[in-house]
Amino acid sequence: MGTFSFGSLLRNAMAGHKDWPRQWRAPDPKPAYDAIIVGAGGHGLATAYYLAKEHGVRNVAVLEKGWLGGGNTGRNTTIIRSNYLWEESEALYDHAVKLWEGLSHELNYNVMYSPRGVLMLAHNIHDIQVFKRHVHANRLAGIDNEWLTAEQAKEFCPPLNIAPGMRYPVLGAALRRRGGVARYDAVAWGYARAADRLGVDIIQNCEVKGIRRDANGAVTGVETTRGDIATKKIGVVAAGHTSVVMSMADVRMPLESFPLQALVSEPVKPVMPCVVMSNTIHAYISQSDKGELVIGAGTDQYISYSQTGGLHITTHTLDAICELFPMFRRMRMLRNWGGIVDVTPDRSPIIGKTPVPGLFVNCGWGTGGFKATPGSGHVFAATIARDEPHPIAAPFTMERFVTGRLIDEAAAAAVAH
Amino acid sequence: MSDMAQPNRLPAGGAIEGRVDRNRPLAFTFDGKSYSGYAGDTLASALIAAGVKLIGRSFKYHRPRGIFSAGPEEPNALIELRGGARREPNTRATTIELYDGLEAASQNRWPSLAFDILAINQIASPLFVGGFYYKTFMWPASFWEKVYEPLIRRAAGLGRASESPDPDHYEKAYAFCDVLVVGSGPAGLAAALAAGRSGARVILCEDDAQLGGRLLSERQTIDDAPAHLFAAAAGGELRSLPNVCVMSRTQVFGAYDSEVYGALERVADHVTAPAAGVPRQRFWHIAAKRCVNAMGATERPIVFGGNDRPGVMLASAVRTYLNRFGVLPGRKAVVFTTNDDGWRTAADLVAAGAQVEAVVDPRASVDENLTKAAAAGGVRVLLGGYIVNVTGGARGVTSAIVSVAGKRQILTADLVAVSGGWNPQVALTTHRGGKPRWSDALSTFVPGDLPDGMTVAGAANGDLGLAESLRKGSEAGAAAAAACGFSAAPAPQPRAEDEPTAVAPLWHVAESRHKAFVDLQNDVTADDITLAHAEGFRSIEHLKRYTTLGMATDQGKTSNLNGHAMMAALTGQAMSDVGTILSRPPHQPVAIGAFAGHHRDRHFRPTRHTAGHAWALENGAVMVEAGPWLRPQYFPRSGEKDWLTTVVREVRTVRSVVGVCDVSTLGRIDIQGRDAAAFLDRVYVNTFSTLPVGKARYGVMLREDGFVMDDGTTSRFAEDHYVMSTTTANAAKIMQHLEFCHQALWPELDVSMVSVTEQWSQYAVAGPKARELLMQLYGPDVDLSNDALPYMGCREIPLRGIPTRLFRISFSGELAYELAVPARYGAAVLEALMALCGALGGCPYGTEAQSVMRIEKGHVAGNELNGQTVARDLGLGRMMSTKRDYIGRVMAGRPALMAPDRPTLVGIRPVEKGRRLTAGAHILPGGAAAVAANDQGYVTSVAYSPTCEGWIGLALVVNGPARHGERVHAFDAMRNNDQDVVICSPVFVDPEGVRLRG
Ligand SMILES: Cc1cc2nc3c(=O)[nH]c(=O)nc-3n(C[C@H](O)[C@H](O)[C@H](O)COP(=O)(O)OP(=O)(O)OC[C@H]3O[C@@H](n4cnc5c(N)ncnc54)[C@H](O)[C@@H]3O)c2cc1C
Repeated sequence: MGTFSFGSLLRNAMAGHKDWPRQWRAPDPKPAYDAIIVGAGGHGLATAYYLAKEHGVRNVAVLEKGWLGGGNTGRNTTIIRSNYLWEESEALYDHAVKLWEGLSHELNYNVMYSPRGVLMLAHNIHDIQVFKRHVHANRLAGIDNEWLTAEQAKEFCPPLNIAPGMRYPVLGAALRRRGGVARYDAVAWGYARAADRLGVDIIQNCEVKGIRRDANGAVTGVETTRGDIATKKIGVVAAGHTSVVMSMADVRMPLESFPLQALVSEPVKPVMPCVVMSNTIHAYISQSDKGELVIGAGTDQYISYSQTGGLHITTHTLDAICELFPMFRRMRMLRNWGGIVDVTPDRSPIIGKTPVPGLFVNCGWGTGGFKATPGSGHVFAATIARDEPHPIAAPFTMERFVTGRLIDEAAAAAVAH
Repeated sequence: MSDMAQPNRLPAGGAIEGRVDRNRPLAFTFDGKSYSGYAGDTLASALIAAGVKLIGRSFKYHRPRGIFSAGPEEPNALIELRGGARREPNTRATTIELYDGLEAASQNRWPSLAFDILAINQIASPLFVGGFYYKTFMWPASFWEKVYEPLIRRAAGLGRASESPDPDHYEKAYAFCDVLVVGSGPAGLAAALAAGRSGARVILCEDDAQLGGRLLSERQTIDDAPAHLFAAAAGGELRSLPNVCVMSRTQVFGAYDSEVYGALERVADHVTAPAAGVPRQRFWHIAAKRCVNAMGATERPIVFGGNDRPGVMLASAVRTYLNRFGVLPGRKAVVFTTNDDGWRTAADLVAAGAQVEAVVDPRASVDENLTKAAAAGGVRVLLGGYIVNVTGGARGVTSAIVSVAGKRQILTADLVAVSGGWNPQVALTTHRGGKPRWSDALSTFVPGDLPDGMTVAGAANGDLGLAESLRKGSEAGAAAAAACGFSAAPAPQPRAEDEPTAVAPLWHVAESRHKAFVDLQNDVTADDITLAHAEGFRSIEHLKRYTTLGMATDQGKTSNLNGHAMMAALTGQAMSDVGTILSRPPHQPVAIGAFAGHHRDRHFRPTRHTAGHAWALENGAVMVEAGPWLRPQYFPRSGEKDWLTTVVREVRTVRSVVGVCDVSTLGRIDIQGRDAAAFLDRVYVNTFSTLPVGKARYGVMLREDGFVMDDGTTSRFAEDHYVMSTTTANAAKIMQHLEFCHQALWPELDVSMVSVTEQWSQYAVAGPKARELLMQLYGPDVDLSNDALPYMGCREIPLRGIPTRLFRISFSGELAYELAVPARYGAAVLEALMALCGALGGCPYGTEAQSVMRIEKGHVAGNELNGQTVARDLGLGRMMSTKRDYIGRVMAGRPALMAPDRPTLVGIRPVEKGRRLTAGAHILPGGAAAVAANDQGYVTSVAYSPTCEGWIGLALVVNGPARHGERVHAFDAMRNNDQDVVICSPVFVDPEGVRLRG
């Protein structure tokens, strides 16, 4: 009972859908856990799932101040790709892409991973040179990434405007064919349900307010709005609010938090076959299975924790969409929202141990961490379980900002996603 | 009743006749069939007049749907308006002003509206419950991508978007005012009058074409006259006030930071196509000190079986159709209401000559006046009753099944008017994060925390009575004006009544066994709410996402509260704990093109031209984008077979004679003040305080994290006066950076700076004859000898009365100068220069030749200053001062950034002479496998060097400087240009710098 399949859907339909069990429990916090994950976004839930599944650590709680999946996981534009520049990033994101391929089955939840292709547009000579360099770097790493002419790009994405009269004409594009999108809610819910079944307690409306430590500085537990909970291992996966949580253990993070906006149009019949991104003119777009155009912007210019953003940023993004897709001008924007993204100086995440014994952190995914969700959870779980960095996570330490051994993806992440 | 074409139009002269203009009939089509209506109709009212009940098919189950409301909250009557490139899918028939020749078509049905194949989904509907797609479509794995998802995508979506570019244009406009009043119902009119009479600058925005809000739909009186006359008079007065701007057909769609409001004016949506030169819509950015939000309230429906059938309509909408449009939505009606207000619909229907079978009110007792009035109209009163089901089909409602005290009765009806009470329009109060507050008295959410500068009045604040709305509106308007420093003597209040509005909450008729819809547009049923609860999707945000409740184009205006209340009932929580979804802008959908306005095609972003632009075009230049600028790339001459031939000629001419290049696009920042020198010492890695007056110096700036941000020469014209130059690409960024440094880091420094990029035109004059050329330009009185103006010297020299600045700096490696003149003389000076240059046998050169020469000299540019290099990587490490602190110094000293094995600047040459190099190729050790582990750097820039007579390049290579002479592999799989190259010094021409000092 409880496994999803067409058969179970049919059986339940005949029974009036009265017998579906809860997809996850709503437990009260226990006094103590072997590990506590702070933040029930996709990354936190995936971490808990892999802790239970691959490392046998099942006495785990995921604490969420709101409702699970309500942070950036539930606000993002879901672009999945792995054509980053550096070997370290390629390994991390490609690890995730490989997990995406089998995720629906792994979780018994249709996460609607849809690799329909991601086109990144080049608008000037500089873009072309940078992209070609990326294509080479990716080829060296065995990752698919092709260069298309403007005409080939239009063939791949017919609504695209490649008219030479544009202010910034499309001169070509890099195409990652196995890049695509997935259904963000399903990712959070799928991991939540699967983790719950393995015994993980997901505790919502439970905000972490303090981190307790012993005389040696090692963590001993957390203080929450639902009481104190003891643990020796804490994994902080709080995205835009990571700095706030980490300061509870006196750790200062090399992060800045910015609002990042996105919007959807009214739903229409299929018009947009793939994902298109333009870092140069700041916009990216795809069409959801429901029919909405999903459009994203660059970050706001100022740091802030408000989940609203400036009108001019939305305007700027839609200028660019109209430029690239003149036939969408008459379509209407339905909803516009923002999330708070945590940005590191080199635009790569931080995954690993911290100076505080027992405290682990996974953050800094900025504008582009959704794509990494399975991979991030997978390597972070290993790091927490073994108390040493997973080999793929090893370069992504916090110390790199001290040593200067950076993984600079600023160009790859300029807008984006 | 009246004419054949409009069977449901009430006769003129009756007790209720509406206010459309019967002298102006208008023709329109729906699904290809012709109909007629009148000026003043909406598409919806005209369709009702014509007797059309079936308007569309629902999203998932393809159930027949009709007209549900009379406003922007409409979930059902969505149509495709217009055709071809102007096709607008998902347009609400209830908000479209009828115009002659209007074309509309139903959507989301095939092959026709009456016979829709996918209505078969209704049979399979037990499978299509909320979230069903998460549970299936997973087997076999490959089918998701190939079969299921394409099917889902085709079935989903509503209308069809236009497939060609929008032929219309949109305008952007900015407005500023003291008081913005949103909505022109009684509260909004009263607020605008109070503020306007005080002299404050007022903008009144009304979504509808007419002012008045509910006053247009009700039979109430103000000052003993019909209320719509008050609206007309108030509108007249407001329009006569010079300080008041009345904007109808204007939707305020969002509240943003800094008291900015977004608004959309529909300039030409009520005509077939905009007249020439007229925009379709205007996008307003309104900055208002104060805002009186008087957006009114939306009536909420009740969830019961068959509540989606064509002919089930909001009770207030029925009144609008009667009183405003003079159309009768049904002849035999049942009114189902939980509140006093709904009873007015029964009274108005009776007055219009319709038969009202019954008023069904779940309350056990109501105000006696209501029941008496009903009885007088021959209307049955069924207190303690519920509608449990409505029967009917594509042709509309046929009956309502009512349950009173457990007994069922069937009432034949073709119209069911529903009222569950009123929901204040809280949207604008929540756009900036404000949380609405639950009101037990009204059983709904009312505005809670308000954004700065906003007050709420009238029904939007839960004040439903007419007299109260007028009074509260007037107070809010006066207070808002007073807050801006304006006051007026209070005017007498118009006389009006507060009609009864008592309400008892009822969200859902639990007895209903048939499909009962919570969200009509997204086909979310009462069962879906139960399912979401069972599966644990209990937070309203989870409920929303799991069932898609409130996510349709109406953003849940008629569905959210019912759904949330039903969930609260299942969990046993209080509504105040459940909360509500904060709405996101826009309040109603806004065309994407309106945001862009005229920022499209060539005007997408401004294009900047230098003073020499016209000259360049006249002389055949091929232009290229350089950031926002256009620059000459090269100047082809007839007979030259390709760009390379031209560039080779230009380079050769410069290196052997002289050339002139427009370098006006480089950023220039004028920096003055007692502490200017100290300031520069902190932003550059090298020292500028020691620079003598009359000298220029090359400088490098770092970001805070130690990476190179920009480079350029900065010259000193006086002890306290420098002129900095930046790269073209970074001009604005560096200006921002300097301002930040001054204002945030060192406000104590006495220094000011201003960008003067546009104030000066600047020309590079390079080549062996550069001095000769300039001597001819300046004339014999000016001494330009090596002693008077040595290498890296700069001077201010008047040229026929024009102040000019001459810099002896060189990017090409030749004897070279840069001549700066005020931009208004730029074109003239360029012509003079070029005339002299031509006479000497020189030529103009563009960015391409400039780039070739800088590569020949090993100068770094954008490709190397890519944000990922530190000064040492570029061979500039020695410039970094070891004595002082400057931005980026500490971070640049991090061990990994000092490591000798970082990729460092080198030159490369092909092994095979004559072979072309490609930028972006990666460097691998000779003979190594093409895998990431062997990656040792990449080629940043390449050029064909006429001077070296072959291709040369710059590259960043691990341990570069130690490897000069080594043979390595350049990996270029993409262009099949794999080849071996030899590492060499990055300076290919004149390494001793003899020429530039000449
Ligand atoms: C508009 C937008 C568009 C984006 N587009 C893309 C895209 O196209 N592709 C892509 O790959 N990425 C994209 N991203 C980025 C991506 O969403 C994030 O990187 C990723 O989802 C982060 O996941 P997470 O689980 O770490 O964070 P979240 O989902 O934000 O989860 C963090 C959780 O921590 C909780 N929390 C915080 N503080 C506490 C506390 N004290 N106690 C308890 N709980 C706490 C929060 O409530 C939240 O639920 C986008 C982001 C935004 C905002």
